[in-house]
Amino acid sequence: MKIVVCIKQVPDTTEIKINPTTGTLIRDGVPSIINPDDKAGLELALTLKDKFNAHITVITMGPTQADAVLREAFAMGVDRAIHLTDRKFAGADTLATSHALAGALRKLEFDLLVTGRQAIDGDTAQVGPQIAEHLDLPQVSYLEHLEYDGKKTFTIKRATEDGYEMLEVDGPCVVTVLSGAYKPRYMNVRGIVEAYNREVEMWGFEQIEVDEKKLGLKGSPTRVHKAFSRGVKAAGELYEVDTNEAVGIIMSKLKEKFII
Amino acid sequence: MMELSAYKGVFVFVEQRKGEIQNVSLELIGKARDLAESLNEKVYAMLLGNNVASKANTLIAHGADVVLCADAPELEDYLTEPYTQAVCHIVNEFKPSIIMIGATTIGRDLGPRVSARLETGLTADCTKLEISEEKELLMTRPAFGGNLMATIVCKEHRPQMSTVRPGVMRSLAADASRKGETIAVNVPFKKEKFRVKLIKTVKEKKDKIDISDAKILVSCGRGVGNADGLKLVCDFAETLNAQVSASRAVVDAGLIPHDRQVGQTGKTVRPNLYFAVGISGAIQHLAGMEESEFIVAINKDKYAPIFQVSDLGIVGDAKQIVKQLNERLKK
Repeated sequence: MKIVVCIKQVPDTTEIKINPTTGTLIRDGVPSIINPDDKAGLELALTLKDKFNAHITVITMGPTQADAVLREAFAMGVDRAIHLTDRKFAGADTLATSHALAGALRKLEFDLLVTGRQAIDGDTAQVGPQIAEHLDLPQVSYLEHLEYDGKKTFTIKRATEDGYEMLEVDGPCVVTVLSGAYKPRYMNVRGIVEAYNREVEMWGFEQIEVDEKKLGLKGSPTRVHKAFSRGVKAAGELYEVDTNEAVGIIMSKLKEKFII
Repeated sequence: MMELSAYKGVFVFVEQRKGEIQNVSLELIGKARDLAESLNEKVYAMLLGNNVASKANTLIAHGADVVLCADAPELEDYLTEPYTQAVCHIVNEFKPSIIMIGATTIGRDLGPRVSARLETGLTADCTKLEISEEKELLMTRPAFGGNLMATIVCKEHRPQMSTVRPGVMRSLAADASRKGETIAVNVPFKKEKFRVKLIKTVKEKKDKIDISDAKILVSCGRGVGNADGLKLVCDFAETLNAQVSASRAVVDAGLIPHDRQVGQTGKTVRPNLYFAVGISGAIQHLAGMEESEFIVAINKDKYAPIFQVSDLGIVGDAKQIVKQLNERLKK
């Protein structure tokens, strides 16, 4: 069994703060991590490796420093790592990103392609299904659980707003995984030591199979027209008083607003 | 180059589950009216399903000019491939300028698949949609966990596609006297591409209340801590005739189910009154509630970011205050 997992290096957005006076982002010192949904996807692949001796390839697209997430994946137990990077990929929106990744994936064999549902820096949930379309593969998104029959068929639990669905699909197929679905294992000590001696394959435009016109900024149908911080809403009244007085203030406000 | 002027009309994907039209679709039709009037074009509702034609009147009453109804057994339940084929068929036949889709577990599965098949742009989870002077769709959405807003355009590709979360747009009141047209659409399905099989759909027992519909929300955060604190909050909410919601921390701790989570990865709410009890106000949380009519926040840390969006802020012991408030209210 062969599995490919797509992972992305993202800034830990829960650590990003806003400068309260200027309303701008403070990005300094924000750590980079493996996107949480992708990390759950990695764990899904590793459980299949434990059970079915699957071979796992991870692939990431991004700048030089994205190497770190591939090393972390090695330390968790993956077999092969590919770092996709080229100036031609720069400025890509989700569609152009999915074309670049699909171009690389055409060069790989797999029974299961795993992506996270969405990345915390963009929250679009688009790249996984878009890759599936380019490769003409079936997709199941919002994966909560997966069972494999050891031959061909995957039985997948897909989360919905008011419950779940059970779906069946034969490989090769694409799944997008929710961060809560699989709790990632820790890196093992030997893995950490070895991770930096393992070879990460560097792939650029020359190594992949895709129409150049579909890549990067040129291949992106959407453009950022403008970006702005949310700004700061004027704060209301603030009281630091004892409990009794606080209750009184809230009560009179509720009366004023005709709530009670 | 595509001939952009050939693409006209604001199209809404109507999401139905077991024949029941989802609120988000009516909200999108409401917004589509707005956009269509700026463009002097029509609102089209794409109604897909099996035996759903009778729902067309509801869509017209809520603002659709034309209902495109694809009624087929293949569309009984949502599955990616048949629905993608149906939407792409409609696009090829009717050439929409704009397509709006609800950002639900269905819409966020369908939207990217359709956009990739059509090789056009898709902007996820828009919070604001408007028409520019050049008659282009301006799509504004949060990024970086809600820290940054970006306005996106799709200049040279059509349709211009966007998904919008439930509760962000407002639906119009139903007007039974509105007139509209229904057109039956016959989709030539390529069944050999149907490769995913639905075994079953399971509804889990959850409280039916949708927090995005609530008029008053009492929301608890890390500051209420344990089950005892939660009970105080629930009692207070009951007295106030409010619904209980929560921040991510409380949901992650397993105290409250996910469908009651407010924020970037939960729901967007805008009740008349929002009580933030023991919530410090991570940016992801603020993104989901800051448009509430009136916000009362109680937190022990006077520098908590929640106080930057609250109308009334109280620095103090959330549990004690809620407990006493409840006692006073009951009198």
